[in-house]
Amino acid sequence: MADLVRGQRARVVGYGDEVATSTARRLFDLGIAPGAEVAMVRRAPLRDPVIFRVADYEIALRNVESRCIHVELVT
Amino acid sequence: MTGHHHGGGSVANAAGLRRFAIVGSPNSGKTTLFNALTGLRAKTGNYPGVTVSRFEGTMRVDHQTVVVEDLPGTYSLDPISPDEQIVVDVLDTAHHAEGAETPDALLVLLDATTLRRSLGLLAQLLQTELPICVVLTFTDDLARRHGRLDTAALSRALGVPVVTVANGQRNALSALRGAMSDVDSWSSPVVPPATGTAEVTAWVQSVLTAADYAVPDVDARTRRVDAVLLHPVLGTAVFALTMFAFFQTIFTVAAPLQGYVEQFFGWLGELVAARVPIGWLSAFLSEAVIGGVGGVLVFLPQIMLLFVLIAFLEGTGYMARAAFLMDRLMAPAGLEGRAFVALLSSVACAIPGIMATRSLPSARDRLATIMGAPLVTCSARLPVYILLIGMLFDSGHRIGPFSAQGLVMFALYLFGALSAMTVAAVFKRLTAGSAPALPFYMEMPPYQIPRLHSVAAAVATAASAFLRKVTSIILATTVVLWVLLNLPARDAAEMTRAGVDTSDDAAVAAFVIDHSYAAAVGRAVQPVFEPLGFDWRINIGILSSLAAREVFVATLGQVAAAQNPDDPRDSLSQMRVESGPDAGRVLFDPPTIAALLVFFIYALQCMSTVAVMRRETGSWRWPVTAFVYMFILAWLMAFLARTVVAAIW
Repeated sequence: MADLVRGQRARVVGYGDEVATSTARRLFDLGIAPGAEVAMVRRAPLRDPVIFRVADYEIALRNVESRCIHVELVT
Repeated sequence: MTGHHHGGGSVANAAGLRRFAIVGSPNSGKTTLFNALTGLRAKTGNYPGVTVSRFEGTMRVDHQTVVVEDLPGTYSLDPISPDEQIVVDVLDTAHHAEGAETPDALLVLLDATTLRRSLGLLAQLLQTELPICVVLTFTDDLARRHGRLDTAALSRALGVPVVTVANGQRNALSALRGAMSDVDSWSSPVVPPATGTAEVTAWVQSVLTAADYAVPDVDARTRRVDAVLLHPVLGTAVFALTMFAFFQTIFTVAAPLQGYVEQFFGWLGELVAARVPIGWLSAFLSEAVIGGVGGVLVFLPQIMLLFVLIAFLEGTGYMARAAFLMDRLMAPAGLEGRAFVALLSSVACAIPGIMATRSLPSARDRLATIMGAPLVTCSARLPVYILLIGMLFDSGHRIGPFSAQGLVMFALYLFGALSAMTVAAVFKRLTAGSAPALPFYMEMPPYQIPRLHSVAAAVATAASAFLRKVTSIILATTVVLWVLLNLPARDAAEMTRAGVDTSDDAAVAAFVIDHSYAAAVGRAVQPVFEPLGFDWRINIGILSSLAAREVFVATLGQVAAAQNPDDPRDSLSQMRVESGPDAGRVLFDPPTIAALLVFFIYALQCMSTVAVMRRETGSWRWPVTAFVYMFILAWLMAFLARTVVAAIW
């Protein structure tokens, strides 16, 4: 998810093995669940964090976190 | 930052009254609704005392008083931060933590524009089996952005009543008030939804379909504004400008208002001095009570203005953007953007700042931010800074296009902020390895026009907290000081022996103060502060300011007024060092003022902060650590400042 460029849309397929259970649950509660569609909105001036649009709202994630969320591009 | 209320009042002990709790995710409009329901009758949790700060208010529903509690915003009932834990504890009927009364009914706020996510929290709340009424917010936004929702169908699908409030406007509350008057008739779902991830996803989808929900368009207005405010170049420039304008406004706009307050207390003091015939009583009333309280109340306009600005930035949604822009800069200190918001809240007062650290999921981040927060220039330092800067530069003095006073003030804020960050980074390192890393995420709410009512509520709570502080701790300290400064009483014979002209009131007053208990204390600590250029008069001011920083101004005011009641400010700048190697030097010369300013940047002179640190960290270890490190830092940096200014001035 960290590799998405601005405007790209993708579908969440799963979390990396390094993601703790509590983190996974929180990502789910935030709407970043497998099957959900995410779109990259914009990067902060210093490249990190990044705003994503997910479950009809916008949320900022650091690259460290978004890197652990696996996505596939939606065309 | 929660932005809303902070204060020192005790939560009303409203036993026997029906309790409603407002639950919802951050940015769902909870605080707006809470303020609209309870008006300005809200009570905030006391610093020491109640388990955690709880925001409670009362309202009349159907001729009965009910209690409304604003719970911290949460995305989930699987808590990962302290304030989410509170929500879980309060809602857990089996859990009876001290002071945690389980509400009788829940008002669950769902943001109509982010319904898909919000329903996940509702699914968990339905498990508590408390009566629930869903309150839909931002329905006007939903309509504006071409979304669609059938409220009646939503209610049927959920099995609980659903009411709509358009952004917490007062006249939009009648439906909610109606529902609150008749809790017993609230429907509840036959079977609450299961909480497994797959079941919740399926349940949410079925509810959305049943309610004929159409997702709103992306908020075009927010996109356009973000294109500027989060632009790599423009956005950074706007941020810097906003911060600079923030501080300039506080000083330029508040100045005339402060003049009026000053005039009022001057007039009141003269009135009392003229009308009260008993000499000592008249002096006590005009100097200790009116002078002490008035000297601090002068800063009320500034404090209110500061809270207006913070509430405004919060209300528009810009705070989240500020946190977003600052996140990468906070990272080297080991902190995140929200810590920046907590530190920015500390500009008002370290207490809401420290409380705002509850939004930080990581305990280590919290501790580091708590230890740094008291270094951020808080509003209590303002009176001291303004007094001292006023003696350094007159108001007309300019450096380039800017007022010299404003620039020094800006520099002090910058110093405070950098020091806070550095300290936080150090503490983050020191506590390394004690807790696992938690994910960082931050919602970017759409921009809104702040509600006048919410801004007013934030300002009113801040102002009343300040007034309480002035009428309790500050008044008590000034009274004690006045007594110490005026005792022991001297008789005329003794003064004549010492060569004092007893017909000269100023000389008599100077003699009394010079031989007072306070002077003895001030002289006793002289060895500690002598290298900084402070004399016993400043020392006693510093000792008294350990209770609350503003007392420093009141104390110096008392000392000065005793020597020249007509123009205490002039008397201060004329003061000279009385003894020692520097005797005859103007006491408030630039190196000493610089040392004092820097001392006030670093020293932890605020008992309320110590108390709130004790409560938030759960032990005396951290407030004591903070007090000691800050005092040492204050002394060293003040010494450095004095040396540097003496060399270049």
